[in-house]
Amino acid sequence: MKILVVDDEADVQPLFLQRFRKEIREHELEFDFALSGEEALVYLQEKHSEVVLILSDINMPGMSGIDLLSRIRHDYNAPPPPIVMMITAYGDDENHRQAIENGANDFLTKPLDFSLLKEKLKTLLA
Amino acid sequence: MYIIYFLAAFLLTLRLKKILSNTPMYYKWKNQLNYAWGIWVIYAIAQSTLGGIAISIVGCLVLLGLLQYLNREPDFEPFKFYIDAHYPLVAVGLLDALTELIAPDFHDKWNSYFGFATLAAFAWIYTRWLNSKKQREELQIATQRNTELDRLVTERTAELTKQKNELQETVKLLQATQAQLIQQEKLASLGELTAGIAHEIQNPLNFVNNFSEVSMELIDEMEEELNKGDTKEAIAIATDIKQNLEKIIHHGKRADGIVKGMLQHSRSGGDVKEPTDINKLADEYLRLAYHGLRAKDKLFNAELVTHFTENLPEVNIISQDVGRVLLNLFNNAFYATQHKKANAGADYKPTIELSTTLDGKNIRITVKDNGMGIPDAIRDKIMQPFFTTKPTGEGTGLGLSLSYDIIVKGHGGNIEIESKEGEFTEFIISLPLAK
Repeated sequence: MKILVVDDEADVQPLFLQRFRKEIREHELEFDFALSGEEALVYLQEKHSEVVLILSDINMPGMSGIDLLSRIRHDYNAPPPPIVMMITAYGDDENHRQAIENGANDFLTKPLDFSLLKEKLKTLLA
Repeated sequence: MYIIYFLAAFLLTLRLKKILSNTPMYYKWKNQLNYAWGIWVIYAIAQSTLGGIAISIVGCLVLLGLLQYLNREPDFEPFKFYIDAHYPLVAVGLLDALTELIAPDFHDKWNSYFGFATLAAFAWIYTRWLNSKKQREELQIATQRNTELDRLVTERTAELTKQKNELQETVKLLQATQAQLIQQEKLASLGELTAGIAHEIQNPLNFVNNFSEVSMELIDEMEEELNKGDTKEAIAIATDIKQNLEKIIHHGKRADGIVKGMLQHSRSGGDVKEPTDINKLADEYLRLAYHGLRAKDKLFNAELVTHFTENLPEVNIISQDVGRVLLNLFNNAFYATQHKKANAGADYKPTIELSTTLDGKNIRITVKDNGMGIPDAIRDKIMQPFFTTKPTGEGTGLGLSLSYDIIVKGHGGNIEIESKEGEFTEFIISLPLAK
């Protein structure tokens, strides 16, 4: 299962790679990364059919995660639509409402609870 | 006819008494002037003992004596005009008497002329009296007016002094209030910072925690590999762990820097100028301002564009003061774009541009936003204390005025504003390198 992680913090990449070390080694999961919403859209232009899950930060300079989400739902929603989970440091109701309203499947708060995320991914894989 | 000299002398004293009656000199001269009745005693004695010519001579001498006496007294100096008017009468009287004595025939022949001259001299006194009376009346009116003016001036002076004192009190009160407001403004900007700082610290801390946890897992895995005898894989894991520890150090230092920056901002009274990297300072405060605003308005987003000129020389500044100015300019810029976003279409992309340039002997920091701009009508006012376009309670109106003080008075720099209503606003701070 291919997962795209969108976050402006570059160190998120080694973190995910190490956190999901086992899953990657066993080819259960595959990760790609984008540092901004714009970059994510460029990536999706080519690989939208491969990506099953998109994990995106909401709070990024430039295009926000919410903007990215609505673009994804607008441009790449051909069945099967990608699962989009939004991540934010500000876990408030307004952000949550907006995310769900724009078609997010789930809403996670920073700091990311990786064991919880793993559980969620397991149910998706099953 | 002989009586006329005595009458003139008596009237003179009577009139002087009347003139003096309204002045403080009256009490000094009252008694002396009352002796004027003595003139009639002399007249009565002369009348009963002497003949016509002798009476005239006595009358003239009495009058002459009185005139000489009055003219020697400085108190009567103001009435000299009137007193001197009596000399013609004395002269005519003496001439009349002497002529009658020496040449009685001649005198008899011209008697009517002498009588006429005497009357004319007497009338002359009266004319002069009327004149001097008029003058005195005018003088009196002028004096009264002066007194009135003096009274008014005193009154006004008292009023003004009272107003001045009241204003001084008000100024003191305002200065105290201003000091309080400045303190509040500092606290407000600290409050704005806190949210940004919290976010800024949270991110590195997340990394520190995550990389630590992951490293512990990796060590377990490494043990497993070593037990299996796969040293190659174990070494690969060790390399990863080392990288993670480097990340932990990196993010730990990042959080450390933010806390130090925060302490610097809140430290009061620190007015020491230190060589500062403007690019680093501006970047730091841009992030703080952005995250501070994000913490308040979760939906807000803006593109942050930075054009930093590399290798700028360090500038001697009080970094927390200049930081406060930058924070204020960023906040204003965000506010302007936020405001425009509320009314603009979906295509509007809030953008804040931060640039640094070296311009001769100055470093220029430019903060540009594509917000609502500043209307020409208020361009001149925005640096004034307490001027704000924000709704009541949202702005103190001190941000820019404090910024101006910090840059211009504190650092010998300059703040310029470029703006087009509805399109953009640009603040340009110049800081001299020499200072």
